[in-house]
Amino acid sequence: MRAMVYRGPYKIRVEEKDLPLIEHPNDAIVRVTTAAICGSDLHLYHGLMPDTRVGSTFGHEFVGVVHEVGPSVRNLSVGDRVMVPFNIYCGTCYFCARGLYSNCHNVNPNATAVGGIYGYSHTTGGYDGAQAEYVRVPFADVGPTIVPDWMDEEDAVLCTDALATGYFGAQLADIAEGDVVVVFGAGPVGLFAARSAWLMGAGRVIVVDHIEDRLEMARSFAYAETVNFTQHKDIVVEMKRTTGWLGADRVIDAVGAEADGHLLQHVTSAKLKLQGGSPVALNWAIDSVRKGGTVSVMGAYGPIFSAVKFGDAMNKGLTLRMNQAPVKRQWPRLFEHMRNGYLTPSDIVTHRIPLEHIAEGYHIFSAKLDGCIKPLVVPGAA
Amino acid sequence: MPYTADKPPLPETPEQLRARIPGWGADLDPADRPSSPREVRGLKTGAHWDLPEQQEEHQPRERSIEHARLTPVFGTSVPLKGLSGVVRRYAYERFSEARAAHWLLLIAADRVDAVESHLASLFTRRPDNPLTETGVLAEPSYHPVRSRAGRVDVRHQILDPVIVVGPWVLAGVVVYRRVRAMVRRART
Ligand SMILES: NC(=O)c1ccc[n+]([C@@H]2O[C@H](COP(=O)([O-])OP(=O)(O)OC[C@H]3O[C@@H](n4cnc5c(N)ncnc54)[C@H](O)[C@@H]3O)[C@@H](O)[C@H]2O)c1
Ligand SMILES: [Zn+2]
Ligand SMILES: [Zn+2]
Repeated sequence: MRAMVYRGPYKIRVEEKDLPLIEHPNDAIVRVTTAAICGSDLHLYHGLMPDTRVGSTFGHEFVGVVHEVGPSVRNLSVGDRVMVPFNIYCGTCYFCARGLYSNCHNVNPNATAVGGIYGYSHTTGGYDGAQAEYVRVPFADVGPTIVPDWMDEEDAVLCTDALATGYFGAQLADIAEGDVVVVFGAGPVGLFAARSAWLMGAGRVIVVDHIEDRLEMARSFAYAETVNFTQHKDIVVEMKRTTGWLGADRVIDAVGAEADGHLLQHVTSAKLKLQGGSPVALNWAIDSVRKGGTVSVMGAYGPIFSAVKFGDAMNKGLTLRMNQAPVKRQWPRLFEHMRNGYLTPSDIVTHRIPLEHIAEGYHIFSAKLDGCIKPLVVPGAA
Repeated sequence: MPYTADKPPLPETPEQLRARIPGWGADLDPADRPSSPREVRGLKTGAHWDLPEQQEEHQPRERSIEHARLTPVFGTSVPLKGLSGVVRRYAYERFSEARAAHWLLLIAADRVDAVESHLASLFTRRPDNPLTETGVLAEPSYHPVRSRAGRVDVRHQILDPVIVVGPWVLAGVVVYRRVRAMVRRART
């Protein structure tokens, strides 16, 4: 089969790989029909995530058709059209039994501090991902769901991560009616978090980024006010000013490890790998939220330490909430919102890239060229 | 105003927001949101086991020493190999996730892996090609200048080529030294 393969930082190519095999009785093999590139994939692509091996295949957002099932699979049959959450999880361990699907204890031998994710380095379990023609799906009875008839393929792909994550991020922010919500980052996760904040009754939603195309999308798609942080000498002061000098009630970090805006922080983490992630946006969040407020962290950081302003968080009495999103827990409600027309995820898709051209796709998304916001990957389209 | 008890007034009323934004307030009740409360028992997951069956271990699988056992299911992409494999195995066997050494060794092994793999690729029918693999050839067709206007990340994007070309320069030096040593040995 054809598959995207990592060749070292900033380098990928498409190779011929063996078809994945059923390795456990509850595995399925899924033929991928649409996948996507996520902001998280950029951390791998830039060589930031420890134990990212040359030869591995990325991709954790996908929709496809069941090609083969293991002997213990009951809930799926060959030919079913399925959407698969980015989390790999068993459904019954201590954590899964409590709904913490993204923190499963039974799928990642390499680390206890993170669950299992498709195509996301050995630090999340060493699984190959879905930017390929076929992918192994462990616990086929637990993760995948048959795509509802009414749901569009591209909407379904966005449900497997970005939309569910943005929606989850808004929930972790503890939004109450009339709250002022600031979202750092106008990538897919930030855009969906901003849009979701309104569902939870936000009174104002302000999105911060430095890329104009994305801020435009934040205005048109997420109905948000926008602030370009390059146009302010000090973004924290601007956040204070615009919130009546109190700070925002709730702030969502939808940026993560490669945050810009502070050259030293960015270079020491994203380029030199001396920090787990550049905490620029997280520190801005901590300093922009009001005392007693909540910071919801959706941005991903590596497992090494980062220079976070913890003292401010403590002195301000903040609540910090965060996790990888437990995607499938969000689905029933998200599906309702989509049917009602409250959420229209595929509106943010800007590029559809044939698998054979994925190296260019990564470059465009990574360098944020051509107004790229959300690129999808289509196997067999070249 | 922040010096009194009042909340600053909002620019729009709930009625205005409801009229302007599809679904405004649909999840108004904090107790009625999918991840609330965060930990709940009794969700239907589709699993029909208490403990999943063990996936077969065909070759020794490295694991965190914070795990009591090999997890029932694990990924089998790219098993350990070469010098990077030695470093990775050492990082897993010797240091817990709590130790910086664990992660710094894994990061170092990633760099070794890249160099090893580039060198190895030179002896295959498909050597690595930094031009096609970095996707930079796409630049001209995707508005390279206009797309970057006014952005702060442009300042460090110039470092990207260093990261890409670095391992090649390193590999070149290694090969050059090897060859030179071999030639010298052959002469004496
Ligand atoms: N928690 C989860 O389950 C989960 C799931 C998916 C993605 N993520 C993480 O969420 C983050 C965002 O993902 P994405 O797909 O939207 O990525 P993205 O790269 O498309 O978006 C990040 C955005 O942040 C902007 N940005 C950079 N520095 C900033 C700063 N200091 N302030 C404000 N904005 C800044 C960038 O310009 C970009 O628009 C990533 O870190 C990703 O790993 C987490
Ligand atoms: Zn993702
Ligand atoms: Zn589990």
